[in-house]
Amino acid sequence: MGILEVKGVSKRFGGLQALGDVNLSVAENTVHAIIGPNGAGKSTLLNVLVGKLIPDTGSVLFDGKSVLGRKPHEINQMGISRVFQTPEIFSDLTVLENVMIPCFAKRDGSFRLHAFERVEAEDEIVYQAEKMLTDLHMLEKRDLHAGTLSRGDKRRLEMAMCLVQEPKLLLLDEPTAGMARADTNNTIDLLKEIKATRPITMAIIEHDMHVVFSLAERITVLAQGSPLVEDTPENIKGNPKVREAYLGEAAD
Amino acid sequence: MLGLEKKDMRFLLIVLLLTLAAPILLNPFAENSAMAQFNAGYPDLMQRIAIFSIFAVGFNILFGLTGYLSFGHAAFLGVGSYAAMWMFKLLSMNILPAIGLSVVIAGVFALLIGYISLRRSGIYFSILTLAFAQMSFNMAYSVLTPLTNGETGLQLALDDPRVLDAANTSGSLPDTSLFGLAMNSTLKVEFLGRLFQFNVGYYVCGMISVVMFYIALRIFRSPFGMMLRAVKSNQHRMSYTGLNARPYTLAAFVISGMYAGLAGGLMAAMDPLAGAERMQWTASGEVVLMTILGGAGTMLGPVLGAGFIKYFENIFSKINDNVLHSWFAFLPHWIQDPLVWLFARFTGEGWHLTLGLLFMLVVIFLPGGLVEGGQRIGRLFRRKQGAGGDGPAHPPKPAPHVAE
Repeated sequence: MGILEVKGVSKRFGGLQALGDVNLSVAENTVHAIIGPNGAGKSTLLNVLVGKLIPDTGSVLFDGKSVLGRKPHEINQMGISRVFQTPEIFSDLTVLENVMIPCFAKRDGSFRLHAFERVEAEDEIVYQAEKMLTDLHMLEKRDLHAGTLSRGDKRRLEMAMCLVQEPKLLLLDEPTAGMARADTNNTIDLLKEIKATRPITMAIIEHDMHVVFSLAERITVLAQGSPLVEDTPENIKGNPKVREAYLGEAAD
Repeated sequence: MLGLEKKDMRFLLIVLLLTLAAPILLNPFAENSAMAQFNAGYPDLMQRIAIFSIFAVGFNILFGLTGYLSFGHAAFLGVGSYAAMWMFKLLSMNILPAIGLSVVIAGVFALLIGYISLRRSGIYFSILTLAFAQMSFNMAYSVLTPLTNGETGLQLALDDPRVLDAANTSGSLPDTSLFGLAMNSTLKVEFLGRLFQFNVGYYVCGMISVVMFYIALRIFRSPFGMMLRAVKSNQHRMSYTGLNARPYTLAAFVISGMYAGLAGGLMAAMDPLAGAERMQWTASGEVVLMTILGGAGTMLGPVLGAGFIKYFENIFSKINDNVLHSWFAFLPHWIQDPLVWLFARFTGEGWHLTLGLLFMLVVIFLPGGLVEGGQRIGRLFRRKQGAGGDGPAHPPKPAPHVAE
């Protein structure tokens, strides 16, 4: 049984069947990609996974518990972190503070009135945050305002903010959307490095085949709201149905 | 020391010294000189500056850190004043229970209003707080007359019970005091033709404002303060980081409401009177003005803003036609009269016109407020000094002291 279990999920928007009977299981310590052409239902599925949308039928179990109807901060506290299409960071705060905040959230829960403690006295949190920045080669930028970082560094920082919480599942929503080739390759290298240096489970929603085939261990192909196949990258590449319908010439 | 870094400690000490020495520093001009009207070192004005500093520093915890612009903070100020007055009437003329109750009542009030208003953000939040404050004002003015004495305002009376105080046989209204030390007692010292007034009430307000400044400083430097800045920066990321923004903003709202309640209580303690006009939207607007004028989100900004507005309000309001005529007496009549007419629009009753112009200038040219102005001047001096060219404009910060 996987850490994330999606069972019989369907969602209808008026006359449009956005998701129809989706079953999906993400196993622990794997990189699982969900691909499909525009309109296949990738975003809808992601919004269901993070509690933003409640499906008409079906269940989503994370670590044995249902995520449906929970608020984003509750879902994060369960152990799911999320990376967005455009990096979502605290632009007005320093890089170090950006990474400290998720540490506080992990240690203290969704709210704590620590109004009379000192940030400098939180040795453990500062240590964790600095270590994470070192791991992702960003330590020298610790005192910069996050808003001044380059796009690639913002992505890297967002990743650090997610990883420092040691999530049981990292959700990535088109992490290379709108990036130039060089930036895309940097992001792939970053993700590969993360995968190689720590145990992590990732679910990637992605458009770019290059990204998917260089990272994923399992791939689910969505088509018109329901899974077409689920298999290893090699088999997906060779699958004539997938080739014909979704990959086209790009698969070569 | 006191849980502050060296730099903050020095900052706090400077604020403390300035507060202590204010009666001397604000009285630079000799008593009978023409400039004497620009002196600010008399109790009434200094008390007001200290009280409004507390109000603005508290407001800044909400507005400066979280970015939630409340347009109804005067409601808490008014509630604090009424609470303090009732303590003076029923319990004792000692200001401690009065101030205590005003903080508590304002906190409860802020919890109720904040809980509802914080369901919305941005302009809708501002409108909600404004609506609540106007409702409070109107209720104090009419419906709740038994509690607030409506239009006249709540005042002391000879036949108030004051259960803790000894029976009043003097036939005059008692003074507010701190364990017998009357708030309006003043030590007057004449020195070099200057009259320095060391007033008990001012020192009570001043010391409390230093303590409140210290508390605000601690909040700014705490993990909680960091979370409040995160609310302002990106609420979306905050919720996906596992943090619930609502209780953080509500806590900030209640804390700033309690600051306002304290300010209201102190107002009543200095001058035992509470009127509904203290809750009106113009009063809420004033604290917004002070905070933005001084520099929202900075520690010193609200204090500067409060001092600036209260000082100039006082000075400008005193400049009437007679004063203007004496200034321009050396000019022939046909120039003097129009000049006096023109200046009279901006002084005396017209002081708000000047304030409005100043506010426009600051917002347009110094979006960071007076604090930014100070920083720019400081940088200008440093650049001149360091013209020899020593290092980059932004030196790298020293390494963190994790081991400390």
